[in-house]
Amino acid sequence: MSTIVLMTVTGLGLAALYFLVASGLSLVFGLADVLNFAHGLFLSVGAYATWWAAGNLPGAGPDGWGFVLAVAFGVVAGTVVAALVELVMIRPLYSRTIEQVLVTVGLSLAGVAALQAGFGADPRPFPRPSWTQDVVTLAGARVPLDRLLLIVAAVVVLGLLLAFLRWTRYGLIIRAGVENREMVTALGIDVRKAFTLVFAIGGAAAALAGALSGVYFGSVSPTSGASLLIFAFIVVVIGGMGSVSGSAVAAVAVGLLQQFVNYYGTSGAGDICVVALLAVVLLWRPAGLAGKAATA
Amino acid sequence: MTTTPSALFKRYWPVAAFVLLAVLPYSGITIPGLFDGPINSPGALQVLALCLVFGGLAAGYDLLFGRTGLLSFGHALYFALGVYGTDILITKYGYPLPLAALLAVLFATTVATALGAVALRVHGIAFSMVTLAFGQVGAILVARDPGGLTGGEEGLSLDASGLPDALVGVVNTVNLYWLALAYLTLVVVVLHRVAQSPTGRVFAGLRDDERRIGVLGLDPYRFKLVSFTLSSSLAALGGVVYLLLAAGASPHVASSDLTLTLLVMVVLGGPGTRFGPVLGGVLFTYLDHRLTDLGSSGAVDSLPGVLAGPLSQPLFVLGTIFILAVYFFPGGLAGLGTRLTALRRSVTPAPRP
Repeated sequence: MSTIVLMTVTGLGLAALYFLVASGLSLVFGLADVLNFAHGLFLSVGAYATWWAAGNLPGAGPDGWGFVLAVAFGVVAGTVVAALVELVMIRPLYSRTIEQVLVTVGLSLAGVAALQAGFGADPRPFPRPSWTQDVVTLAGARVPLDRLLLIVAAVVVLGLLLAFLRWTRYGLIIRAGVENREMVTALGIDVRKAFTLVFAIGGAAAALAGALSGVYFGSVSPTSGASLLIFAFIVVVIGGMGSVSGSAVAAVAVGLLQQFVNYYGTSGAGDICVVALLAVVLLWRPAGLAGKAATA
Repeated sequence: MTTTPSALFKRYWPVAAFVLLAVLPYSGITIPGLFDGPINSPGALQVLALCLVFGGLAAGYDLLFGRTGLLSFGHALYFALGVYGTDILITKYGYPLPLAALLAVLFATTVATALGAVALRVHGIAFSMVTLAFGQVGAILVARDPGGLTGGEEGLSLDASGLPDALVGVVNTVNLYWLALAYLTLVVVVLHRVAQSPTGRVFAGLRDDERRIGVLGLDPYRFKLVSFTLSSSLAALGGVVYLLLAAGASPHVASSDLTLTLLVMVVLGGPGTRFGPVLGGVLFTYLDHRLTDLGSSGAVDSLPGVLAGPLSQPLFVLGTIFILAVYFFPGGLAGLGTRLTALRRSVTPAPRP
């Protein structure tokens, strides 16, 4: 029993990481039709900025409020990079989908290489607050706190995103834009402002995922974004592009499936099951679980 | 029809280029700056052969991307099936090379048909993501080393004892070079034949407007599957040549990065053109090697620190060139000639009648 609880919490922790990456990816794709390969770069930027801030930024450190400040710095860095990428590189190629994908591909290659040049190719030990290594007893299982931290962070982000999409004017524009961008443009609303906003939100969520993945894995490396990104893509396709709640459901399904099969089957079998799940969902509902419809 | 020398050249220059490449190993000239040794030294031939193989691979990938309009992110899977399939059959089971290569290519073709049948049920970017996921399974399988077959992170070096003598050893690099040239020629000829055939015209139609093909009463799904399967088996064949050239398999060949570099090669060269992707593949591979050498030499270190770091990373330089190419040279290298001609026409005054 205690094993099952531990596995469930670990699976949900993984799902939280997937969700943080996938939610931004899904919104960007749903609204702007951009398959963003550079999203993994935002994650790495967030992770490295947090790592740098914890060591160098005055007031920030590896523990307590200092760590919160370091993570905030990382999230701001990820947001700024994402907004800049949209403004400088994606916007000139508006409505040329393939070129936009190509630019993000080039950016992901060059960005990872730049990070390697700046910080070295080897993983760096990540400063994590000591309390994240403590365990609590939950339904008879001893659960490390870092997993709970991941889950709480993802739930908070999910709540914030849904509230933003449902109750603010820009949320309304984004939801409408995902459903029918031409109509929104025809009504005289500049959707491109919403593009920048969605990129910034996605960048912030991905940077948070980067910082938290540093806490969870204990290290950061330039390629850590790329490996999470592929599973985030799978989550986006399963959940339905443009749907935040669909991404959340799909992330939980993928995280739990991967964790349990990897534990009870051979290592690696879980990853393959996830791809099989993707194939099944696509054959059954080609538009994903939530389809390209409502975002909230 | 008169055959002026320039018309003859226009028609037969690919043949001339082929002959030139075929006799290249007989010349011992040294090109300073381009290669470290004379052009027929094993080192230079090895790099050239690698360039030719990737030229062929990029051209095969272009059958999907540039000619049929399918953006696949899982092409590395079929290349890796060729590399690892042949390697495992030779090294672990002691098959002779021709049989192992044949079985590996057939297996890769079968896998491509099955996975393509699933992936092509979705369209556009969703197709790209599904192929990416399938490709990732290949990368995971290779890394996890099932049954001790793939060697995991270490890779699997090729057992040379079962190979024909002509393909083993540094002295015989020239034979591998000719093999690579033969592969490239095969790919180019096959693609040219396909492009001239009715099927090739349907591919072009699919790229331009899929609905129109459907209205004409043709089944887009079947044609896309044919393109996908053909392109994948060409990639698997390239994998066999690459295996012999690299004398082993490494997990990198299955990674999604390999597909991304193929995409970069095609876009740099000019998607959908006859020789653009080949040119892109050759240039990219050459620059990748050359920049790695330069990065580890002192030439870059003398630059100021801010520049030296990124410039020692070949992928940073190539990624940046690629991004610039997407903005400023949408047709790639192959489109450059037409653009320059148009530019020259626009700046020289038109002749008065």
